[in-house]
Amino acid sequence: MNPDLTRATAAELADALAQGTVSSVEVTQAHLDRIAAVDGQVHSYLHVDGEGALAAARAVDERRAAGESLGVLAGVPIAVKDVMTTKGLPTTCGSRILEGWIPPYDATVVRHLREAGMPILGKTNMDEFAMGSSTEHSAYGPSRNPWDLDRIPGGSGGGSSSVLASFQAPLATGTDTGGSIRQPAAVTATVGTKPTYGGVSRYGLVALASSLDQAGPCGRTVLDTALLHAVMGGHDPLDSTSIDAPVPAVVEAARRADVKGLKIGIVKELGGEGYQPGVRARFEESVQLLVDLGAEVVEVSCPNFDYALAAYYLILPSEASSNLAKFDAMRYGLRVAPEGVDAPSAEQVMAATRDAGFGPEVKRRIILGTYALSSGYYDAYYGSAQKVRALIAQDFARAFEQVDVLVSPTAPTTAFKLGDKLDDPMAMYLNDIATIPANLAGVPGMSLPSGLADEDGLPAGIQILAPAMQDERLYTVGAALEGALIDRWGGHLLDRVPELTATSEPKGA
Amino acid sequence: MSSLSRDDVAHLAGLARIELSDAELDRMVGELGVILESVAKVQQAPTEGVAPMSHPMPLTNVTRPDVVRPSLTAEEALSGAPESEQQRFAVPRILTED
Repeated sequence: MNPDLTRATAAELADALAQGTVSSVEVTQAHLDRIAAVDGQVHSYLHVDGEGALAAARAVDERRAAGESLGVLAGVPIAVKDVMTTKGLPTTCGSRILEGWIPPYDATVVRHLREAGMPILGKTNMDEFAMGSSTEHSAYGPSRNPWDLDRIPGGSGGGSSSVLASFQAPLATGTDTGGSIRQPAAVTATVGTKPTYGGVSRYGLVALASSLDQAGPCGRTVLDTALLHAVMGGHDPLDSTSIDAPVPAVVEAARRADVKGLKIGIVKELGGEGYQPGVRARFEESVQLLVDLGAEVVEVSCPNFDYALAAYYLILPSEASSNLAKFDAMRYGLRVAPEGVDAPSAEQVMAATRDAGFGPEVKRRIILGTYALSSGYYDAYYGSAQKVRALIAQDFARAFEQVDVLVSPTAPTTAFKLGDKLDDPMAMYLNDIATIPANLAGVPGMSLPSGLADEDGLPAGIQILAPAMQDERLYTVGAALEGALIDRWGGHLLDRVPELTATSEPKGA
Repeated sequence: MSSLSRDDVAHLAGLARIELSDAELDRMVGELGVILESVAKVQQAPTEGVAPMSHPMPLTNVTRPDVVRPSLTAEEALSGAPESEQQRFAVPRILTED
């Protein structure tokens, strides 16, 4: 294991903790020191809970010393995306409207982490209410990509991806509504999985689009991601869309790492024009490696994926406009009185609060959703989008009759510069073009690093998609490819991320 | 294909209870026009005879026994309230005077 505890994988830390060669307090303190040294530059965290993390670490060390049998990840610290409620810790979703809100309850995912003995280091930055692909829509300023601090770390989960790529936590949680786990993973050379819809409880996740939202694990290796997946997942009676079945055997699959005889389909519609040459080159190399490892690769067509982006940007705003109606300034969160009105009505306070508390992207999507659902336009927009959704699910079903998994580049480009797409919503939306179909159909997907693009030296990602409830296939394919790539590179890609110097001044947001 | 006017956006913002400033309205009219034009692509998809899909999983109603279980205390439930009184959320007036 790397003597620098922040560079170790979660699996290595778990082993060392189990053997007693290191304590959870030491591991947690090492990460808190790293946060203090570099987060001024990266801005991954919205809130750091040093005291709480160390208390949890001490508790798990004591339980281990007392001979208690503990979960695999007991004592391994984690960063939690700020969309998940944490009892006693602020939860803002990157929004002013929830500034200072301290939830009175834990999300089921967070309860699982605590029960597994994982100290929570803090809450990670995100685009406001998970609407965005860059973290630039966070009301608290963007996170930065450790590969180049002038570039985006992806979004909405750019806090979680940059935490991992800057070694400020060995693991992090994410949520993925249209790519918010996978696209940040791709642009930072980290790993992230969107499980099958319903595989991880949504209870206590502040909802964006309920029929698309899915929480999942983020890590630096496929095995680490699998270990966290196993902790986060499972049936939850508090989420009526939760799948009542055991978590797929993801850890065993990651350890198996075997693609011999597997049929892999390249999605014709997710590649080619619009995809950066370096991203395509790394993708093609990864596919060749899978062939070398014994997989059979064919091209498959999913013709309706061409309509996925349009359908998504009708379904998501429609659901979001309904979900975000709960921010009404009455029960929790911000309350702002309209200017120049004596004794304002509840409705006036509501409207003034929502104007002050929501950022431009949130307002855009709420209003778009309100329009798409309004009578007279419902059939043309929301109704048509729902039919397209069915066509996309049918495309997946047909593809999975021919192949075991599908692959594509995760995102069309490497990380772009902060500010580049902020004034062009449609250009920002195109980042999710390859990740959205999985959310519409509910199937699981993973992104892992495929290499650095020649033209800019920045990370690119490959996406693996599997049929619903077959999440373990992502891990066996992902781990096999990761092993072959690391052999070729002579080490993990993140070994090459530029050093962050603890002394340099934070860049202005 | 309908396009949105400034008045339409103001009306929608009212329905969504967001008090937009004039500058915000001006900006949003243009942006929403571009987005709407793009998402209207769904109308070109071969959707004839296709049943709409609202959810990724085939779901039936999920019920539970109607029994009392632990929940938040009143104090916890009110802990984030902008204003509370007598163990209740205090809200601005909801009716017009006179």
